[in-house]
Amino acid sequence: MPEPLLRASGVCLERGGRKLLHNVDLQLRQGEIVTLIGPNGAGKTTLVRVVLGLVRPGSGEVWRRAGLRIGYMPQRMHIDPSLPLTVRRFLSLASTDINAMRAALRRTGVEDLLENPMHSLSGGETQRVLLARALLRRPQLLVLDEPVQGVDVGGQADFYQTISKLRDQLQCGVLMISHDLHLVMAATDTVVCLNQHVCCQGHPQSVASHPAYLELFGKSAQPGIALYTHHHDHSHDLHGDVMPDGGGEHHRA
Amino acid sequence: MAGASTTVPDFLLHALLAGIGVALVAGPLGSFAVWRRMAYFGDTLAHSALMGVAFGLLLSINTGVAVTLGCLLLALILVLLQQNRFIATDTLLGILSHSTLALGLVCVSLFDDTRIDLTAYLFGDLLATNLTDVVTIFTVSALVLLALGLLWRPLLAITVHEELARVEGVPVTLVRTALMLLMALVIAIAMKVVGVLLITALLIIPAAASRRLTRTPEQMAAGASLLGCVAVAAGLLASFYWDTPAGPSVVLSAGALFLLTLLRKQAA
Repeated sequence: MPEPLLRASGVCLERGGRKLLHNVDLQLRQGEIVTLIGPNGAGKTTLVRVVLGLVRPGSGEVWRRAGLRIGYMPQRMHIDPSLPLTVRRFLSLASTDINAMRAALRRTGVEDLLENPMHSLSGGETQRVLLARALLRRPQLLVLDEPVQGVDVGGQADFYQTISKLRDQLQCGVLMISHDLHLVMAATDTVVCLNQHVCCQGHPQSVASHPAYLELFGKSAQPGIALYTHHHDHSHDLHGDVMPDGGGEHHRA
Repeated sequence: MAGASTTVPDFLLHALLAGIGVALVAGPLGSFAVWRRMAYFGDTLAHSALMGVAFGLLLSINTGVAVTLGCLLLALILVLLQQNRFIATDTLLGILSHSTLALGLVCVSLFDDTRIDLTAYLFGDLLATNLTDVVTIFTVSALVLLALGLLWRPLLAITVHEELARVEGVPVTLVRTALMLLMALVIAIAMKVVGVLLITALLIIPAAASRRLTRTPEQMAAGASLLGCVAVAAGLLASFYWDTPAGPSVVLSAGALFLLTLLRKQAA
């Protein structure tokens, strides 16, 4: 069995009297893709921040393998419009090796963007550039917070494919957050369904039919009639109607 | 110096050099102020400088030293308060900025009128700079530029994305604190040039003007330094020929340069 890269046990966190995380366990091994799913406000990003060491948990323990190199792709990237920054200059913050930059961009499929200004990129292009920066760290662990945000559905499937290909090439572990189990299913080994606590976890197929998962996401979450679109800028319930056209760009405000 | 005095009066030459010394360092530092939206932060530090003047007089220590120490101290306090987030940052800055300015004004008024020229502190006294001031300004300016050069990459990294920088191993709090302290230092030397009320203008306006002409952070910082120097020269000329106050004339020149850049289409 591959060695573990990180382990969190009994993690609890409260903010302003509200429980964000309650007794959460999480483990990730080398070469494994673990996906956190859960409704908005379930604590997914908080858990990732705890695991990265950005937030100290109220109680519980987080262990990372000593010297673990992490490539992190944050959920949002807001660069002030007053800061002129090309993709090359942005990447150079992680590594100044131009060949490494090109290679990373090639891996994420956006090599031609090297000299473009960051502000001119579309949502999908930005995500791929962010992923390239994470790769420049030669990561043993990739941490991706909602990597397909602002990417259209066709692009989302592509993106997940890129990630699972990267895992095969780099033999790194991947921890990512997703809203949608069914899109991410093919590209993940383990799904952790989070709603302040871990509701259920395991192989994606087994989670998809787990009572706790179905209770959390409702009937519409069953395979075959899955919702493919999310408006990420408000909390959603998944009891809504099935969207027949299911595609299209979703631009964030 | 003596040779130059045949064509340019010494006081004007000193003023020009002092202004350029400040403008050079205000370029990159002002760029960070613009990128990180620290304009109000600069204002707060600048306003507190007057309090430093009052304490300097009160404790009979050199005003320059008192102002510098006061600014550095306030910068540290701001860093600490910001981390606690018990109140929105702009509210906190508003409270500190105006309280310290008011306190400074009250303290200064307690002194005999002959001992202190309030206008000089509020709007600068560029034409009264002497050789010692010039040397001080250039020393501080060079040191701050050196520090900015050494910290450039981590500074840029935390400006682009603080958490990403932290995950990549940048000591974020340390770098941010360093930036605040550097800004405090520059404000202390810039007070002589444009006065406490106008210092932020010298940081923000050339940087904002430079943004429209440049495509990389480094170009923008260098461009801001250059535009700042032009503004200083133009302001001094206007002041010399039309007898306008020097500090405000410099700021107005910078404003005019900014307006000119609006004519140009935004570089990407």
